[in-house]
Amino acid sequence: MNFSEVFKLSSLLCKFSPDGKYLASCVQYRLVVRDVNTLQVLQLYTCLDQIQHAEWSADSRFILCAMYKRGLVQVWSLEQPEWHCRIDEGSAGLVASCWSPDGRHILNTTEFHLRITVWSLCTKSVSYIKYPKACQQGISFTRDGRYLALAERRDCKDHVSIFVCSDWQLLRHFDTETQDLAGIEWAPNGCVLAVWDTCLEYKVLLYSLDGRLLSAYCAYEWSLGVKSVAWSPSSQFLAVGSYDGKVRILNHVTWKMITEFGHPATVTNPKIVVYKEAEKNPRLALGRLAFPPPRAAAGAASSTESKYEIASVPVSLQTLKPVADRANPKVGIGALAFSPDNYFLATRNDSVPNAVWIWDIQKLKLFVVLEQLSPVRSFQWDPQQPRLAICTGGNKVYLWSPAGCVSV
Amino acid sequence: MGEWMTVTDPHLSSESKNICQYTSETKMSPSSLYSQQVLCSSIPLSKNVHSFFSAFCTEENIEQSISYLDQELTTFGFPSLYEESKGKDTKRELNIVAVLNCMNELLVLQRKNLLAQENVETQNLKLGSDMDHLQNCYAKLKEQLETSRREMIGLQERDRQLQCKNRNLHQLLKNEKDEVQKLQNIIASRATQYNHDMKRKEREYNKLKERLHQLVMNKKDKKIAMEVLNYVGRADGKRGSWRTGKTEARNEDEMYKILLNDYEYRQKQILMENAELKKVLQQMKKEMISLLSPQKQKPRERADDSTGTVISDAEEDAGELSRESMWDLSCETVREQLTNSIRKQWRILKSHVEKLDNQVSKVHLEGFNDEDVISRQDHEQETEKLELEIQQCKEMIKTQQQLLQQQLATACDDDTTSLLRDCYLLEEKERLKEEWSLFKEQKKNFEKERRSFTEAAIRLGLERKAFEEERASWLKQQFLNMTTFDHQNSENMKLFSAFSGSSDRDSLTVHSRPRQKKPHGVSNGSLVCASKLTKSLPASPSTSDFCQTRSCASEHSSISVLNITPEETKPNQVGGEGASPKWSMASGPGSQEGCYSGCSLTHTNSHVEKDDLP
Repeated sequence: MNFSEVFKLSSLLCKFSPDGKYLASCVQYRLVVRDVNTLQVLQLYTCLDQIQHAEWSADSRFILCAMYKRGLVQVWSLEQPEWHCRIDEGSAGLVASCWSPDGRHILNTTEFHLRITVWSLCTKSVSYIKYPKACQQGISFTRDGRYLALAERRDCKDHVSIFVCSDWQLLRHFDTETQDLAGIEWAPNGCVLAVWDTCLEYKVLLYSLDGRLLSAYCAYEWSLGVKSVAWSPSSQFLAVGSYDGKVRILNHVTWKMITEFGHPATVTNPKIVVYKEAEKNPRLALGRLAFPPPRAAAGAASSTESKYEIASVPVSLQTLKPVADRANPKVGIGALAFSPDNYFLATRNDSVPNAVWIWDIQKLKLFVVLEQLSPVRSFQWDPQQPRLAICTGGNKVYLWSPAGCVSV
Repeated sequence: MGEWMTVTDPHLSSESKNICQYTSETKMSPSSLYSQQVLCSSIPLSKNVHSFFSAFCTEENIEQSISYLDQELTTFGFPSLYEESKGKDTKRELNIVAVLNCMNELLVLQRKNLLAQENVETQNLKLGSDMDHLQNCYAKLKEQLETSRREMIGLQERDRQLQCKNRNLHQLLKNEKDEVQKLQNIIASRATQYNHDMKRKEREYNKLKERLHQLVMNKKDKKIAMEVLNYVGRADGKRGSWRTGKTEARNEDEMYKILLNDYEYRQKQILMENAELKKVLQQMKKEMISLLSPQKQKPRERADDSTGTVISDAEEDAGELSRESMWDLSCETVREQLTNSIRKQWRILKSHVEKLDNQVSKVHLEGFNDEDVISRQDHEQETEKLELEIQQCKEMIKTQQQLLQQQLATACDDDTTSLLRDCYLLEEKERLKEEWSLFKEQKKNFEKERRSFTEAAIRLGLERKAFEEERASWLKQQFLNMTTFDHQNSENMKLFSAFSGSSDRDSLTVHSRPRQKKPHGVSNGSLVCASKLTKSLPASPSTSDFCQTRSCASEHSSISVLNITPEETKPNQVGGEGASPKWSMASGPGSQEGCYSGCSLTHTNSHVEKDDLP
């Protein structure tokens, strides 16, 4: 696996199209669309201001570029480069912008979360949704794109509204028993909505599509609660990561916890494989190069290479002691992701920031621990196979699959 | 008497006085004082005696001393020293005999007293040492008692301290718990306070938002607009529809349809899973029955009652199967029946395996090789594995039951667990099958081995039989060899042979334990030999060979063998007359076969040689 040449990018805005044919990247106020295979520039669009957010429509025909400072959203078409569309929120301001699943409506969240405006590209109609909640994850579309769940706050109480995306009709509106709703997420099968509370209170509520409360789950009181939530692709499990460093798995039949995964700093079970990243040639690095390492033929003299070594158990991992008197401490499970085949769950414990823990869901046991040399920034599963890509902010990409792991 | 008194020694007398003074004045322990006195008094200082005597009686006061002595002696019960007075006026004559007697008596008395004194002294010494000893013991015991008392006090003190500490710790714990409770209460109250404040702030914020919203809406900003070149068609190509009441209803319908589809899908999955599980269970049951049923043909099986139940179960199960296939419902009763029958079969299988184990161990005790042991261990491992897996199956059944119950009770969201679970079940099913087939194979092997061993034992017995017969023939020949003989020896031979015959018989009865075939021919053979005394027999094969074979035979039958030197093993002639009583003697105590054969062999010299006797 090799890296391509480097392209300029601003604000980390680089997205593949949903059909996988194009790659859109933003440089300042320009939007560059490339072909995935050849990386040739296909289109180049110029926006009116620096782009803060870019998103492909679901059918890969349109791209929206949001400029929050100006309150502008510009939409570009791939098929018709001369087509243009500009949405100006004006004094209402713009905080967030996203596509609807059908690719024909744009939802703009105005400043101070006053309202959400739904602009239609097909008709001239505009809809407004009042009182959206300003929280981490207040909007969630079902996977089939039929329904939108929106978190709202009225009269100091949280509510959830379910809209039908085809005509933006309100289907259900119900209040939730949360103190301060932090996020909502649909299950992949579109029938269950998970709602979780702020981290001051551990509460996970599960609602059915028609608004009935199916179950409420609370693991403990008083300590900081839920940090991250992830559904398994089959909708069988809901993984809840909390500030106490544990992931609790709820099953879809009883909505009760079937197991909890702890993340201790020492790994003692000899059945677990621990991959440790190690420097191949420990020489003085010639500065942190911005380039990825050159091709193998050119030699590896200019940058340090690293490889994975299997460490023998017991292994103790590097921990980070959190600052006690600050909010949002760096403890707890900050990232959770299921593999697309439902076999693995990758987690990151923020107090052991260099490690990625991979759990075997079939056996409900820890499978592999990967320890990097620097803190893990993000990881993502391959959409089709159980392969995990990890990046730590350095010049390497780390790939893990059940067959082994490699650093590129 | 006069002689006694000549030696006087005033010095000595003063010495004695001093000694007496000394003894009377010093304050010693009564025992030692007494002993001193005794010693003093027992000192046979002849000089002192002399001085005493000289002090008492001099030449002048003889008559006085005699009369004094007479008075003293009469008071002590001795006879008078004077002769019997003839008249009143005449002087009484000294009766020397009486004097001598008195002296003798006094001496005897003195000796007795001395003896007694010695005894008393020794006793005194003994008592003194005993006393010392006892005092020492007493002192030691007192010390021990003191130390143990001190120890006890120390331990009590420590115990008290520990209890104190314990109480303190309990108190601390209680305090900590109270504090924790208090802190929790504080947290709760603070939380409510914060919530209240948050709500207040939020209300204010909402007001601001409303105000802002009004302002924004009122402004009618023309800039808030969308400018688009041309409107794009809908994604699905259809026209948009108006929002009416109908559309609302339609949306609701669609939503419910989606939900129902999801439920139905999940229900289907679960039913499929259930059917799979039931199939697996029934298969397990069938296989268990088949495992148990072939056993009823074996005669060794003691589990007749179990086979009876197996048969009845098979009938039941046949009925059940037909029922199941007809209805294929997950009724309560059907489920219970299935699980109960599985449990019953499992119990039967378990008991059967245990019985097999017992039988194997019994067979092992009867002396088979180690190969059996190994196979038994394998069996045990297999059965353990099977047990484990069946436990797992049971647990799965239980969870399935629970799930089903829940589903029937409430229409919850159930999703597709089936696919994954099917995989697990299939795996386990196949594993189970493999292990069962292994188990059956091993059982077969084990039985084959058992059969081969019994055959080997039978063969061994037959060989033994043949061997014994050979031995009998050897003996026969030997006896025949020995009988080249004088008629003088014929009687002895008769005796000998009769005796040997009896001993032979005895030995045979003694040594035929494991071997069922008794060589009865031997004793008869010996009697026959005796009848053929006068015949001269051809040279028998060397008796050394015979000895060796005898020794072999005796080893088998655990008989002691005499050492027979090869020089003396001349086959042909029996020893002479003199040897005959010795024969009977030698063979008397040894009613063991080795003895008589040894005797016979040593006496096969041509002449009587008493030196050659063993």
